[in-house]
Amino acid sequence: MPRAMSPLLLNPILARLMVGVLMLLVIGTVVGAILAMRARSESAKATVANLNARIRAWWVMVAVFVIAVATGGVGSVILFALMSFLALREFMTLTPTSRADHGVLFWAFFIFAPIQYLLVWMQWYGLFAILIPVYAFVTIPGRMALAGDTTRFLERTATVQWGLLACVYCVSYAPALLMLVVPDYAGGRTGLLFYLVLIAQLNDVLQYTFGKLFGKRPIAPTVSPNKTWEGFIGGTLTTVAIGTALWWATPFTPLVAAAMSLVITILGFAGGLTMSAIKRDRGVKDYGTLIEGHGGVLDRVDSLLFAAPVYFHLIRFFYVP
Amino acid sequence: MIERALARLARIIAGASVRFTAPLEPPERQRVYFGNHTSHLDFILIWSALPAAARARTRPVAGADYWMRGRVRRYLASRVFHAVVIERGATGHEREESGSRHVLAHVRDDTAEPPHVRGAMRSVSAIAEAMGEGTSIIVFPEGTRSMDGALLPFRSGLYHLCLLKPGLELVPVHLDNLTRILPKGEVLPVPLLSRVTFGAPLRMEPDEEKRAFLGRMRDALLALREP
Repeated sequence: MPRAMSPLLLNPILARLMVGVLMLLVIGTVVGAILAMRARSESAKATVANLNARIRAWWVMVAVFVIAVATGGVGSVILFALMSFLALREFMTLTPTSRADHGVLFWAFFIFAPIQYLLVWMQWYGLFAILIPVYAFVTIPGRMALAGDTTRFLERTATVQWGLLACVYCVSYAPALLMLVVPDYAGGRTGLLFYLVLIAQLNDVLQYTFGKLFGKRPIAPTVSPNKTWEGFIGGTLTTVAIGTALWWATPFTPLVAAAMSLVITILGFAGGLTMSAIKRDRGVKDYGTLIEGHGGVLDRVDSLLFAAPVYFHLIRFFYVP
Repeated sequence: MIERALARLARIIAGASVRFTAPLEPPERQRVYFGNHTSHLDFILIWSALPAAARARTRPVAGADYWMRGRVRRYLASRVFHAVVIERGATGHEREESGSRHVLAHVRDDTAEPPHVRGAMRSVSAIAEAMGEGTSIIVFPEGTRSMDGALLPFRSGLYHLCLLKPGLELVPVHLDNLTRILPKGEVLPVPLLSRVTFGAPLRMEPDEEKRAFLGRMRDALLALREP
């Protein structure tokens, strides 16, 4: 039976995490200002300008996320629903669909995506977990066959299904963390969500920073020349160290916190690389232009795509009775 | 008020990003904005993408047989967008069920002038009259929408308008992806992202031949397509 979601007030653990994030932002802003004064060459100036645009955007994103989390369940569900919608929009814009797919696309945007988030809000886990893998999977090809266009049929069905899985199903696992009640955990249900987003995004920032500072050997040069071994290793080690140090904010022991952070960072990297491969195939650099310095919404949430569902199911399996 | 809200709504639905390849200076100069016709959202989107100073004096050109039918459309055309509403050729020769055909379409390349062409010439002079000294217009010289979004040949209304108003500035505006957002024959839009690209202003050369001029305008529009 679905249960109504109760609003969660800020608890001490969340408050401490937020103060930490705020301090990071202040430090980042100061460093960005110093770098801007020191930059001499044109390319350095461009890099610093992009860095500062990213930091400014981070202030906005953090503010939005904190407000969403502070308002408890409803705020988080609405925020991630909106992000899914925008991400799906960016994804479908980039991938070729035929005129006959209009009906199916309409279903994806206005039926499957809203129902998925309605289920998250109702905390109806049973249907939430299968709506897109089962029900969307069986209806999309059927509807598309009815539309009559058989050109590249499998490719077109797969594209719509994949877009729904990545942008809606996977992203919705983040607010779905609010369904999980871990006994004796003081962080409340939003604590799990905050930890996931914090580690995943911190990993992005640190991999970017280490990559810019020391990056030499690209991991997959044909996919993303900016993702280097130096950035990956430096970013992962630092993120796991921070994630372990924050074990008090989680239901995990320090060792488990380290393992969880490692899972989030590696899957975050894999998600980002996968979305880069799609972008590269379509011949673009970013999915959108919505967030200054970052690209589109999909460019920002790509590290959550693979991490969120696995993190959710690990906690559900090991920590929820 | 309503027009600003509608323009904003259209831009949200179409997720439009706007790009100017050349500055529109001064914005209030009288111009013809001509675009590729892809959906019912077209003229609202071009209109909403214009700088405010240009938007205030820009009117779409709309066919009476579609826009004067039904109270809502009539209200939108006359009160909200201040459309230059034009009667189409009396023969009904070019009438189209969806009503998306625009007026400049009616001037065809026939050398002998059958009745509907004379009617269309009347439309062009009516447009020139409505433009007066300061009003800009939005037109779609293809006249209709293709099923697949490909750019059709231009009808010659644009040419005849330039004959009537020498020195008129013409600005190509390319709309990208709108065919996917609202394809011909569909009612419900799918919220994909689109792009509106304004090109550099063009003029008809003195003694430029009709076919060459229309071809040049069409090429300028095609050149704005995203690679």
